[in-house]
Amino acid sequence: MSEVAVVGVGQTAFTRSCGVTIKELCFEAFKEALEDCNLYPKEIEASLICSAPEYDKQRSPAGAIVEYLGLNPQPTTYVENICASGTTGVRLAYSLIKSGLHDIVAVIGFQKMSELTSREAQERMGRGADIMWDSPFGLTMPAGYALYARMHMKTYGTTEEQMAEVKVKSSKYAVLNPKAMFQREVSLEEVLTSRVISSPLKFYDCSANADGASCVILASAEKARKITDTPVWIVGIGSASEPLSMANRTSFVGLNCAVEAARQAYKMAGIEPKDVDVAEVHDCFTIAEIMAYENLGFCNPGEGGKLVQEGQTYIDGDFPVNIDGGLLGKGHPIGATGGSQVRTIVMQLRGDAGRLQVKRAEIGLVHNIGGIGLYGNVLIFRR
Amino acid sequence: MGFEKFGKISYIRETKVAPFVDYLEQGKVMATRCRSCGKMYFPPRMDCEQCMTSDNMEWKEIVNEWKILTYTVSEFAPTGFEDDVPYILAIAESAEGLRVFTRLSKDVKEEQLQSDMKFKLAPVRLPDGKITYELQPLEEG
Repeated sequence: MSEVAVVGVGQTAFTRSCGVTIKELCFEAFKEALEDCNLYPKEIEASLICSAPEYDKQRSPAGAIVEYLGLNPQPTTYVENICASGTTGVRLAYSLIKSGLHDIVAVIGFQKMSELTSREAQERMGRGADIMWDSPFGLTMPAGYALYARMHMKTYGTTEEQMAEVKVKSSKYAVLNPKAMFQREVSLEEVLTSRVISSPLKFYDCSANADGASCVILASAEKARKITDTPVWIVGIGSASEPLSMANRTSFVGLNCAVEAARQAYKMAGIEPKDVDVAEVHDCFTIAEIMAYENLGFCNPGEGGKLVQEGQTYIDGDFPVNIDGGLLGKGHPIGATGGSQVRTIVMQLRGDAGRLQVKRAEIGLVHNIGGIGLYGNVLIFRR
Repeated sequence: MGFEKFGKISYIRETKVAPFVDYLEQGKVMATRCRSCGKMYFPPRMDCEQCMTSDNMEWKEIVNEWKILTYTVSEFAPTGFEDDVPYILAIAESAEGLRVFTRLSKDVKEEQLQSDMKFKLAPVRLPDGKITYELQPLEEG
């Protein structure tokens, strides 16, 4: 059975307001990925277009986008797993190639969150929970993660300072990433004194809405070796889901879907957490990164806060995490996020990460979560 | 029809568990229990995921004694809820092991949540005539 590799990656800058259409936004990321691997649109055999549709005016965006990218008459499919849409696209592209249906597949993720007014965006956020039993009480994304944060603090003694350390780290790397939205380092004091959004989470504990697109081009082993000298192989894929309703969650100290996805991915790759050289985790909120360390096995449950405080997840630590600014530093254009995480890991494993390069990076991991711990994808890559 | 009366903003009108709202109007918070396999559901449902039988549920009053597992004070609300901030959202567990996600009564102060205080789930009539439930302190005795 043929293996599958990432051969090309591309990403737009993530910005507050892109000022272009979703087609134009996707074109930029797609063009960069094509140039990365010297392919033409006609060589892409199929595409997967990933986003959260409630932010779009265009109905069935895949059709509009592939026309603009020159990807007709090849087949295309729209993929939605909220914030995990991008890596779900990679998982499906992997399956299309593994099955032998296609040899080269492009995964394009995008979101133009500025398409909506903040009132419209907040209305949609309210419906991101179970609309029958959760939304009528006014649940938001920050409130959902705040419930986890409070439980983590109560159970393990995790502190607001430890959560703030995650944002401090992110901002340090975001300023070295020209595609990141936040280009300013923030201090621990600034995070701790920022206004409360949903206690204990404050303004700087939260990632921000953004516009952006990303593209990942995957190929079968045979094609990959012809296309590039530096294929990055997908060696592990795990994926899981969790009840949407808050009342039916069994844990508030970690994300069950991440634990299960990680278990599957490590097993498939035949590696252990300590073998991971560089990771991208879904830090939509600071507490989410701390839980990710634990759920991925980088430390024991309850030790995540200490891990960042001790500097173990910085560029020269034992587990370098989000050495591109993460969602907190880059901004979080929902459908584009997973592809951006994959792009960072691919660049790290190729040795192309410049000032953000982690030394001796051979195995990389992506952890991408949809909703309030609703969908979990973990991907493992090897150079 | 019937469920549109539930909650400050209702997104659902039709459901098999619409009688939940009628019970709420009578001051009762009800769960469902599968007559085939005995599984209890709260929030209620009419289809059993454990034994896959449908419409073989009985309504059952809950043991109304809850403890807070985790909470957040929300200073930021979705569209339509802006006037309510700040409000406390919580996950609570009942004496019989059921869980609920809901709001706390405005009378509860955050400091009170540090203790092992017990709560009851109580129906609340909203100004526009709709109905919801919230956690209120359970009077001792």
